[in-house]
Amino acid sequence: MPLDANTPDLRTEFKSVGTRPNRPDGVDKVTGRARFGADFALPGQLTGLILRSPHAHAKIKSIDTSAAEALPGVKAVITYKDIPEQEGCDKDVLVNIMARGTALYDGHAVAAVAAVDASVARKALKLIKVDYKVLKHVTDVDEAMKPDAPVLHPGRFEPVDFSTLENAAHVSGKEERKTATRAHSNIAGRYVFGHGDPDKGFKQADIIVEHEFKTEATHQGYIEPHACTASVSSDGMAELWVCTQGPFMVRDVCASLLGMDVSRLRVTPSEIGGGFGGKTTVFIEPVALALSRKAGKPVKVVMSRSEVFRATGPTSSASMWVKIGAKKDGTFVAADAVLKYQGGAFPGSPVEMGAMCAFACYDLKNVRIVGYDVVTNRPKQAAYRAPGAPMSAFAVEGVIGEIADKLGIDAIDIRLKNAAKEGTVSSYGPTFGPVGLVETLEAAKAHKNYKVKLGKNQGRGVASGFWFNFAGNTCVSINLNVDGTLALALGTVDIGGSRASMCLMAAEELGISYEDVRAIIADTSSLGYNDISEGSRVTFSSGLATIKAVRDLKVKMCGRAAKIWGIPEDAVKWENGAAHPAGSNAGNFPPLSIKEIAAQASATGGPLAGHYEINAEGAGPSFATHVCDVEVDPDTGAMKVLRYLVVQDAGKAIHPSYVEGQFQGGAVQGIGWVLNEEYFYGKDGTLQNAGFLDYRIPVCSDVPMIDTVIVEVPNPGHPYGVRGVGETSIVPPLACVANAVSDAIGVRARTLPMSPPKVLAALEGVAASKA
Amino acid sequence: MRYEAPDTIKAAVGLLSKAKGTSRILAGGTDLLVQMRSGMIEPDLVVDIKSIPGMREIVAEKGGFRIGAAVSGAELEEHGKVGKMWPGVVEATNLIGSTQIQGRATMVGNLCNASPAADSVPAMIAAGATARVVGPKRTRDVPVEDIAKAPGKTSLAKGEFVASIFLPKAPARTGSAYLRFIPRTEMDIAVVGAGIAMTLNAKGVITAAKVSLGAVAARALVVEECAKAIIGSTLDDAALDRLAAAASAAAKPISDKRGTVDFRIKVAGVLARRAAVIAYDRARG
Repeated sequence: MPLDANTPDLRTEFKSVGTRPNRPDGVDKVTGRARFGADFALPGQLTGLILRSPHAHAKIKSIDTSAAEALPGVKAVITYKDIPEQEGCDKDVLVNIMARGTALYDGHAVAAVAAVDASVARKALKLIKVDYKVLKHVTDVDEAMKPDAPVLHPGRFEPVDFSTLENAAHVSGKEERKTATRAHSNIAGRYVFGHGDPDKGFKQADIIVEHEFKTEATHQGYIEPHACTASVSSDGMAELWVCTQGPFMVRDVCASLLGMDVSRLRVTPSEIGGGFGGKTTVFIEPVALALSRKAGKPVKVVMSRSEVFRATGPTSSASMWVKIGAKKDGTFVAADAVLKYQGGAFPGSPVEMGAMCAFACYDLKNVRIVGYDVVTNRPKQAAYRAPGAPMSAFAVEGVIGEIADKLGIDAIDIRLKNAAKEGTVSSYGPTFGPVGLVETLEAAKAHKNYKVKLGKNQGRGVASGFWFNFAGNTCVSINLNVDGTLALALGTVDIGGSRASMCLMAAEELGISYEDVRAIIADTSSLGYNDISEGSRVTFSSGLATIKAVRDLKVKMCGRAAKIWGIPEDAVKWENGAAHPAGSNAGNFPPLSIKEIAAQASATGGPLAGHYEINAEGAGPSFATHVCDVEVDPDTGAMKVLRYLVVQDAGKAIHPSYVEGQFQGGAVQGIGWVLNEEYFYGKDGTLQNAGFLDYRIPVCSDVPMIDTVIVEVPNPGHPYGVRGVGETSIVPPLACVANAVSDAIGVRARTLPMSPPKVLAALEGVAASKA
Repeated sequence: MRYEAPDTIKAAVGLLSKAKGTSRILAGGTDLLVQMRSGMIEPDLVVDIKSIPGMREIVAEKGGFRIGAAVSGAELEEHGKVGKMWPGVVEATNLIGSTQIQGRATMVGNLCNASPAADSVPAMIAAGATARVVGPKRTRDVPVEDIAKAPGKTSLAKGEFVASIFLPKAPARTGSAYLRFIPRTEMDIAVVGAGIAMTLNAKGVITAAKVSLGAVAARALVVEECAKAIIGSTLDDAALDRLAAAASAAAKPISDKRGTVDFRIKVAGVLARRAAVIAYDRARG
């Protein structure tokens, strides 16, 4: 059938897509009916609790669990010995879920109990005797790179001798030269990107600005703590109900850690009360399974908020140096950066992505970025919305703001002058296809917020940002029900309204109403492997697979119509929710609606279903430009965000409300990061603010309504032009707010958070220098 | 853990006097329940005082008001007359927590939790409030500033608890105010707090004043130098400068996750000055 004739590769006219219906999960969420991680319960289930290290770094000399085991009501106590190392498992994940010989951070799991109730479990935890030998610790990234720093993993990482890098092709930056003769072994990785010759480029510059920057670790701050219920039967079959962004990942990682065949573990994801990247790994899940395996009963583990802060992954803290050279007209001639990100006690900080994103917004002939992945005595970092990008953008966009100020060029104009566009060779390698940075800058400049006159102690900041967007493994099924409605089975957890978007795309493709499609998130035994809901990939990848699965179904439905009419299959086309005879048969038969085809499915060959699986590519990056106005109280350093504008390229906004929601959410998380959020460590390396009282995410009254503009530069990699939008929105805010504060009071914040004590101290410094 | 809800002060005092181990009073519970849930404390006895007559009442007394220990922030606000006489006290109490917390949280709980950052305490001190302490031996009225000793520690003896707060009659041309600094706009703990009350004569000259600072020492401070700095003035700029300097000089804070020493010292002066301006305007009507 000539399917492609009425479903072109890039559709530009839509009926359902672009509308704003209520999300299918909305009523359950606002009425409290939705089931989140902690809402699952099984008969006879036990309460699991985890004992955690009170030390930042300590040798575990012994663990005595005998008294806990003897306590009535305790059904299982486990240590690392109950989770023996399996061949091929991820050793870092294994060590992170349960310490093996050394506690590497405050909050590191050391043992766990399962008991008949929480009260008994709490008592049991107190009866476990752990003999620690406290070791020297390090939590700061720069300190961890010093030659005399405590080493977390002796012998694991090759010492880096900077003197040997001095003459290497990509030696970069003042900071590296400063430490040129030092060697150490908390450096888990080094990444270099760039092209051209920055050293030559800087010689052409009329102005060069370079500075050092630091950002503190911030937590994703999801409202729902991690929770799961595990049930392992005596025959080794297991089920797990869990709050996660990636049920297939949870299944495969847990099976690998526990030495199970993947087929024996079925994972069902719950509704998710926020993840933002933090639920893309395992913490309590293998522990709950190991407890259940030992106790022979279901075990539920629910983290407290304090455990979430101490033992799950915040993002990295970072120390950075950025140097940019420009001509008088604002043209950038060279850029150079060194980024050092600590990722907690294990390798894997997002410095590589931070390095790739740092200068991605700009068309640079000479650019170099060197990134270091460093380990410290902090919890293992986890992905956090555009992992690694907000920090490097903070430094780069801050330097650009200063260059614009010094040259007297408008903050948007200088970015327009240097903006990456189609054909630009990006700073990390690939050449960009159609991208929308210029469009976001132009829309920001035209927006009313950019024209508002500012008052005393008020200032305006601008920053742009980039995120790659991921695609990846995706598998979707769509089943035609007997009445012509549809059941859409997705394998990507809905973290941002994606079920609504999938229903819109299915409805669009079929020419039926949104209400006739119901999407569910399937368990891991119902669909082929799906990658995690991360990297802003879901609406792109599952959307692509949904469209293709629907097209598969349409071919089959046209086939049934052909059978009913007795004409060739390729003489049928699908239009407006019905099969129509086409070509020479056009008009010979009345169209068969989807309801009529569904009603006759049994008689014409059986159930009808569409299916599609792909390792998708072509996600298409999303660029954004933010503009914010702040007012600073010069006597206290208090800051108020007056206005905040997000302009971002969505390619095609499937459900504009949820696109705007992503823009707003990222902006607010970024505002929290720049103003008040931080991991605050005591001298002993323990976390001092493991709760929402003193870990200050913004409350509603802290932020204005975030204004949004959706720019649509279609992504040719998606049938409707979709680009992921979930992550880019957190990339510009750090620099955007900092640039606005600088405009307001002349203080350039280069160390985050820009909390009132720091701002006030800086203001007094400025006043003193003027006096 | 034993939970008791006696219906007389005598019974409550009896339970507390005889209790072994850790005992706690439950009024609003907004500190107690959080501390219990987080494992900070595991009381052996919890005495809920909400069933005792008078605990949830505000009654007029000698031109002022007696406020029961279990009166919530929301009830205090809705009363109206207390806030008209002592706006500083009511606005300070209403800053605690969220709307939901206001439905339970009490001034007396705020006082007896003995946090140096308690918002209602500097405001009560500035207003000259007294706490009625009941106990096994006698009932005594104690100035609010003498209840908290150090973070988490009070001057109450075993078996004693605070049954009510008395706010005296405000003289004519009296104004009060409380300001705090928090990094957010709400739902936070004071980094610095400043409570002030003052009385003017007919010419607008300050004849009496009391200033109390929170979160800049181990307990709320009464700063007599601040009062001296403005008494006899019409709160001109020079008086305000003296006031701010006295407040900063009196502050003896620590650096912690909520703020630094330098910041708290500076902001103590800023808030004292700003609160004084508000109180002065209120006193003039």
